[in-house]
Amino acid sequence: MTPTRKRRLIGVLVIVIGVGIAAVVAIKALNENMLFFVSPSDVKEQNLPAGKRFRLGGLVENGSVNRASDSLAVVFVVTDGPNAVDVRFDGILPDLFREGQGIIAIGELTPDGHFEAAEVLAKHDENYMPPEVADALEKSGHVEKAE
Amino acid sequence: MTVELGQISLLAALLTALVLGLLPMIGSYTGNRRFMAVSTTASLVQCLLLMVAFGILTSAFIIQDFSVEYVARNSNSLLPMGFRVSAVWSAHEGSLLLWELILSIWIAAVALFSKRLPEVFRSRVLAVLGWISVGFLLFILLTSNPFGRLIPSAVEGLDLNPLLQDFGLIVHPPLLYMGYVGFSVAFAFAVAALLGGEVSRDWVRWSRPWTLVAWAFLTIGIALGSWWAYYELGWGGYWFWDPVENASFMPWLVGTALIHSQAVTEKRGAFGNWTLLLALSAFSLSLLGTFLVRSGVLTSVHAFASDPTRGIFILVYLGVVVGGSLTLYAARAPKMIQGGGFAGLSRETFLLINNLVFAVLAAMVLTGTLYPLLIDAIGAGKISVGPPYFGLLFTWLLVPIVLAMPIGIYSRWQQDSGSRLISKVRWPFLMALAVGTIVWIMQPDIGFVSAAGVTGGAWVILGSLFYVVQMMTSKNRISIPASVLAMTLAHVGVGVFLIGLSLVSTLSTEKHLRMEAGDKYEMAGYTFEFLGTSIVQGANYSADQGEFIISKGDREITRLYPQKREYAQRGNTMTEAAIDPGFTRDLYVSLGEPLDQNGQAWAVRVYHKPFIRWIWLGAIFIMAGGFLAAANKRYRRKMTAKEPVLTGTKEVTA
Repeated sequence: MTPTRKRRLIGVLVIVIGVGIAAVVAIKALNENMLFFVSPSDVKEQNLPAGKRFRLGGLVENGSVNRASDSLAVVFVVTDGPNAVDVRFDGILPDLFREGQGIIAIGELTPDGHFEAAEVLAKHDENYMPPEVADALEKSGHVEKAE
Repeated sequence: MTVELGQISLLAALLTALVLGLLPMIGSYTGNRRFMAVSTTASLVQCLLLMVAFGILTSAFIIQDFSVEYVARNSNSLLPMGFRVSAVWSAHEGSLLLWELILSIWIAAVALFSKRLPEVFRSRVLAVLGWISVGFLLFILLTSNPFGRLIPSAVEGLDLNPLLQDFGLIVHPPLLYMGYVGFSVAFAFAVAALLGGEVSRDWVRWSRPWTLVAWAFLTIGIALGSWWAYYELGWGGYWFWDPVENASFMPWLVGTALIHSQAVTEKRGAFGNWTLLLALSAFSLSLLGTFLVRSGVLTSVHAFASDPTRGIFILVYLGVVVGGSLTLYAARAPKMIQGGGFAGLSRETFLLINNLVFAVLAAMVLTGTLYPLLIDAIGAGKISVGPPYFGLLFTWLLVPIVLAMPIGIYSRWQQDSGSRLISKVRWPFLMALAVGTIVWIMQPDIGFVSAAGVTGGAWVILGSLFYVVQMMTSKNRISIPASVLAMTLAHVGVGVFLIGLSLVSTLSTEKHLRMEAGDKYEMAGYTFEFLGTSIVQGANYSADQGEFIISKGDREITRLYPQKREYAQRGNTMTEAAIDPGFTRDLYVSLGEPLDQNGQAWAVRVYHKPFIRWIWLGAIFIMAGGFLAAANKRYRRKMTAKEPVLTGTKEVTA
């Protein structure tokens, strides 16, 4: 093997190994940071373990929002029609959070069956329904008229 | 009636684009000079027609013509004049028209400023751009016509989305599009070079200033988007790894690799095929970004309910552009010239590191962005990829870049010695270590990663500045070349950005509080006193305006007035944060929601964000570096003859 070829070979090897390591790290990071979208019906049916993070989506049930009087704690119910989940959140709700509106909450189930939200998202357009929520509602037969 | 004229101009622009795509291309193969000469006229006429179309849509907004559906959806009689103009590009149809207008401006600019290029090559570049324009005009006319009438006409408009009623929206999309669309020029140059089986690497030199300008616009466009999100979304974040942000970030990453590989190809001839591939990818990713944003396939703050035919159209268009250009590349690239070799340690090596890392970063962002689509498509559930994925990857992949950047500046083309380089960069490296250590001792809270980030930032800044200082003080060099200044400016910007990012991500304090009038809260040495709220009327909204006194010790620093606005027409609620900006810290207050019936108690966000301005300051430096590099006189000299190689390098014939 000529010195040039040898150098090239080493160069190519370094690149291949580097890209390989990067790919492994990336796939690992991807799997660790993947959040599944789950509807209230899925929560009831699938018996999800407590402590696993996921995204819960559905409509905020009318009349279910209850605020604490001395802190930012709030509880509300997220529903997809047939099933519902109690959500607890300690923080500031987004501007478009309303009763009857589609939202997505990121968090985990507690052992007592509540959903502890770390983040609550509502979309910026009042006509807009998060696509996952729209799908889930359709599946559960609770179709809302969305524009 | 005028609105129909807009529609007619669009149709005329489509015909012109077809002429531009066809005649000069045919002429370039048959040697028909009259056909080739059409390219200039067609480019200019097309630009004029689109200006007319855009002007007509703008005037429909100004005179509030609610018989036009697009106007009725996105404007309102109470909307202030400035926002009536920016409302033109606030939604799908208008922003596509802006996209196309900017494309036509780039085409006209190429037609005007590339007269010294070889005729055949120039005709092909313009013809390729003509075809890109045909695709977009068809898209607008077939799926997204902004001139559609509403019958019967609306009495009142729906109003502009309040989030978009802001200075940031006026400037962010045009600048971003200047960047996005600008990569079409580099793309067209690459395709024209492939079509001609270009033996020389001149095309790289010709396309460099165009690429640099597009990249600089994209840099500032992205930075403005981040700044807008920071003050307008009301919760103080500056980057969310949202799919739409990623869509603009991917072309930027590839563009960054491209401007560096162009340097190697122009100067040394190496990386020739790679440069071609990057030029094709940068624009393809811009188109992919447009597809992701406009088809609504991704969940994002930017996603609006949309029409699936649009998505399919862009997907087909994307397929033609990417598939076509890659096929051409596969057929022609092996015949292109290969450049000179280089040793394991040389400037080429350092630029190779840059290219590798930026290409990998772009691939990672692409993976993270498309992965949810893939999982959904195979029916394995609906997922999203969280920001920690991107954060982790960037932290690690920035390490080789930051380490290599200053050394690369000092390195010589073709071959260099390790001991020479070490002696050159020893001092800036040690000083940067000292800076990082001192910062860490003063602020132990920032932790190792951020301390390393500060060290890296200082290393990049000092390494770049030392190089200029050495040049100025050396005996045989009096003036510093503009290209070196441009590079230094951009690299210092990277350092400033890195320091800002490291500090803000660990030193920030964020508190969500329940506050009643008279409540005080202390944070980072500042006292925030809430005085209560009052009702304020705006042009098309009414707001609860809070008043906060910020003081340090006994001294009042400032008063902040965050608002919670209700926009009557759409019934939207909007948070307007109040910020006291500063070079070393921002104080940020925004109102959450009222917590009791009489509006005495509010949920309040109180943030202290040290050095956040450095993030955007760095971006401004990077942009300025890009423009300065593009303004280099070298690019405006005689364009046909081969450039003499710069001093200090040895020419190797390929």
